[in-house]
Amino acid sequence: MDAITVKNLTKRYPGTLAVDDISFSVPQGAVVGLLGGNGAGKTTTISMLLGLLVPTDGTLIVLGHDMASDRFSALARMNFSSPYIALPQKLSVIENLRVYGHLYNVPRLGRRIGELAEQFNLTGLLGRLAGELSAGQKTRVALAKSLINRPDLLLLDEPTASLDPDTGDFVRTALEAYRRESGASILLASHNMAEVERLCDDVLVMKLGRIVDRGTPENLLARYGRDDMEQVFLDISRGTEVGV
Amino acid sequence: MRACVKASGRRVWGLVYRHLSVYRRSWPRVVEMAYWPALQLLIWGFTAQFFARGHGAGGAMAGGALIAGVLLWEITLRGQLGVTFTFLEDIWSRNLGHVFVSPLRPAELIASLLIVSLFRTVFGLLPAFVIAYLLYAFNILVLGPALFLFLANLMVMGWWVALLIVSLLFRYGAGAEALAWTVAFGITPFACVFYPLSALPIWLQPVAIVLPPEHIFAGMRVALFAHSMAWSELAMAALLNGLWLLVASGVFAGQFRAARVRGALISIGE
Repeated sequence: MDAITVKNLTKRYPGTLAVDDISFSVPQGAVVGLLGGNGAGKTTTISMLLGLLVPTDGTLIVLGHDMASDRFSALARMNFSSPYIALPQKLSVIENLRVYGHLYNVPRLGRRIGELAEQFNLTGLLGRLAGELSAGQKTRVALAKSLINRPDLLLLDEPTASLDPDTGDFVRTALEAYRRESGASILLASHNMAEVERLCDDVLVMKLGRIVDRGTPENLLARYGRDDMEQVFLDISRGTEVGV
Repeated sequence: MRACVKASGRRVWGLVYRHLSVYRRSWPRVVEMAYWPALQLLIWGFTAQFFARGHGAGGAMAGGALIAGVLLWEITLRGQLGVTFTFLEDIWSRNLGHVFVSPLRPAELIASLLIVSLFRTVFGLLPAFVIAYLLYAFNILVLGPALFLFLANLMVMGWWVALLIVSLLFRYGAGAEALAWTVAFGITPFACVFYPLSALPIWLQPVAIVLPPEHIFAGMRVALFAHSMAWSELAMAALLNGLWLLVASGVFAGQFRAARVRGALISIGE
């Protein structure tokens, strides 16, 4: 069974077609990248997968649950991280993790927080207020939050945006490790092409609300005759896509 | 079934814990809860004492009604602010995106807001009750066991007003924030807290009659002046509260759904 099955998904706002009849699936255990320039429809697609946004048309099946009628069953087994959505700044790191541990009904929460603190080097930061942390530390906390319920599906919106290379590498290594250990599926929206090349089994490229190309990173590189995904991305953005 | 209830309780506790954790380490927030009710009571308490001095027993009774009115109406105001302020805290901290992608149901969100509101109201009003007793020799418990029925009805009114305001926040985002601070105060003239219904112009009386507080405060005055219970007034208040709560829940559910259609849950803080 696929972790995500999207069929004919459309989101229309007055005067704007944000997502235009897209279909794709994310196999169980796969890491799929969602690429596209600003306004391509990535965040809208992720928002619909998270139940934050109701599609105008189409179906979304996530972890076997129809998001239109049974989204809470899916949400309990998913999680999400984005640098654009904050964690409460006036709460300490451990309080933040406790809040989300309760929201996701995590068993043996204290032990789980201990594991995550060790994995993400947060042990010394647990008592610090989230608002006092550096960008890199906040990202590690956000990632720990996103793994608190051991999700079967992880949605990540630019998880390494504005991070230094060392912290970015730390995050990517942690994601690889989690996927290896848990067999979870990951849908990753990113502008970092090296990250996409390193992490993703498959890539969906969006432009103006549509999926204009897809394939493994190797496949896309070969098809566009390029050496790296950055060049492939530029080709597609500038209108020279080869097509799906 | 039991596991579902337990999981639901944990989700509610998760959000309650989130807000209580902030109060635990922020004394200005704790002081803020009690500041306004205490200030209101000091102003109106001295006013009541001033009038009571020159007007004998009648003045003392009117003064008592004034103080009781201030204390009880603060329950509605604090109850409403407790819900809307708590919701706004999550908007301000740009945290709602994480909350809404968790398995937290809208009803659980409301339950957590009401629990935090109850906490804020109790801690906010306790000092005012103590001040009323120490400075003005007014013991709110003179209203007898019915006091708790008055309190419950006023609290519920604060909650449904708050649900309507939160619905406006879903509709208009943080731009509607000012309403959170002003709407309940705007109802005060029609609540008949300090005067009977007959003090309003005829054309305004229907507005007051369809709101629960007119009946609650009419009942309060009967309890204070005649030492008896106006059960019919309380029953009417409870019935109206039930109806308004249904309306507010419907509006909340509708606006929550509409916000999901418009994508407003993503940009609610902007």
